[in-house]
Amino acid sequence: MIEVRELVKRYGGRLAVDGLSFTVESGQVYGFLGPNGAGKSTTMNMMTGYLGPTAGEVLVDGHSVADEPEEAKRRIGYLPEQPPLYTEMTVDEYLEFAAALKKVPRADRARQVDRAVERTRLGEVRRRLIRNLSKGYRQRVGIAQALLGDPEIIILDEPTVGLDPKQIIEIRALIRALAAEHTVILSSHILAEVQAVCGQILIIHRGRMVASGAPAELERRLAGSQALDVVVKGEEAAGRALLSALPGVRSVESVPGAEPGTAGFRVEPRAGEDLREAVFRACAAAERPLLGLRSGGLTLEEIFLKLTDDEEAVTENGTSGGGPGGDGEIPAAEDAADGEEEEA
Amino acid sequence: MTAVYRRELRSYFSSMIGYVFIAVVVFFIGIYFMANNLFYGDPRFSLTLTNVMVVFLVAIPVLTMKSMAEERRSRTDQLLLTAPVSLTAVVLGKYLAMVTVLAVPLALSCLCPLIIAANGEACLASDYATILAFFLMGCVFVAVGLFISALTESQIIAAVGTFAALLVLYLWDALMSFLPDALANVLGQFSFGSVLNNFAGYNVFDLGGLVLYVSLAGLFVFLTVQALHKRRWA
Repeated sequence: MIEVRELVKRYGGRLAVDGLSFTVESGQVYGFLGPNGAGKSTTMNMMTGYLGPTAGEVLVDGHSVADEPEEAKRRIGYLPEQPPLYTEMTVDEYLEFAAALKKVPRADRARQVDRAVERTRLGEVRRRLIRNLSKGYRQRVGIAQALLGDPEIIILDEPTVGLDPKQIIEIRALIRALAAEHTVILSSHILAEVQAVCGQILIIHRGRMVASGAPAELERRLAGSQALDVVVKGEEAAGRALLSALPGVRSVESVPGAEPGTAGFRVEPRAGEDLREAVFRACAAAERPLLGLRSGGLTLEEIFLKLTDDEEAVTENGTSGGGPGGDGEIPAAEDAADGEEEEA
Repeated sequence: MTAVYRRELRSYFSSMIGYVFIAVVVFFIGIYFMANNLFYGDPRFSLTLTNVMVVFLVAIPVLTMKSMAEERRSRTDQLLLTAPVSLTAVVLGKYLAMVTVLAVPLALSCLCPLIIAANGEACLASDYATILAFFLMGCVFVAVGLFISALTESQIIAAVGTFAALLVLYLWDALMSFLPDALANVLGQFSFGSVLNNFAGYNVFDLGGLVLYVSLAGLFVFLTVQALHKRRWA
């Protein structure tokens, strides 16, 4: 378990991380999501003890990274954004060195290296120089290194960046496999990736947490409304009449672009109503084939853009205030998110 | 610490740097040995070593330039600093690996006084004491190089900076003559050349000088650790 408390990192006059607090529970895959420059890497570097925080602390299983670095670091395997590889070594040499560095007992080293190689499927390149490996293999060597010493927590900073689609799929499968035995924290600026592998998402923007939760929960909480996209067979006017007549409907809007002979609508419910079943029954009763029914709320992608864009707009208005000004602005977005949560 | 030490040592010998350093130092020791001792017939190998000091000014920056700068440039320092080892252990591992490489040519040079002894009268005690002093002086140079390498990402800057620093140490006595007496008397105590000269020129076992060497080496290793710490908190 990792507890991050009020973490702050200041580079000169620039706040890279601004009072970040969160808790990482064991046995889940966490995704750090944020645009480039949001402070993801800086946060991870502080969690692993590579950088010292300007303020705040990180506790790993109750051990402070600042005060008991060895106890804390022993529990974490880290793959930085650029894998820390000595390219003049072979994969085997490198992993043996990493195991020794992580104080794996001598008797256990060969076994742990074998296991890491097996899990990351590096078997065929073990005796090759890292210098000559492709980017996908290098990334896997970096992950193998993070597995040595059997850490409870594995932190991966942008593990799929710069890989080709096939390699990305392989790395994602590997991350899912790792999740069976470790708590995994990964960062990404690609939403689909986080959605594909993570059980919990932390959205970070400008060094602050703007939202967190399970992907489905985030969608539900931040969607704003439970609008439905409905496609029915037949004429538009008839469909509109049918849907408008339902109790709990606030508005029905036509959505253009449906196939010929069908009509698409966006149905806004009144607050708190779930209309899906009612729509189905109404269409069935009227013998009007229901061709499509989808929760039309914001997808995670839209939430992400909305959260990060909102702030951009707010911050642009008040940039003259500089650093301290930023403190006042960002909670505004959080408030908005909270407000929507209550509404939903 | 042993893991870092072994990896560093191996990397010096899997790249050319270790071999080149040893070859260059042995080559110049050989030239001065041949000229001074074998051709000119001077029985003191210790004098030869004072000549070789100049070679260190160039050779040691080459040995030390990549020690920290390269780790930082290739980001491998992230592996070292996030592993459950202390920064001091990492720095000491690297330092001792370089000192080991430095020790190789000096170990070879231990043969030279024996060659002299086989062909005439040699001053073995003075010669070996000078080799020890010379080795410790090299240890200080390596520590200075390590420290400067920790300040930069560029190996070139590390090498040039180290060369400049070592040149100042080499010219120390001459530079002191430009300073007011009061200052020169204090700073003159830190003269590198005079310690070596005490051993080689006067056959004095200058214990104070050796303490100076060892403490300066310790100081620069300590400063290296501090420089790395500072970077983490910057």
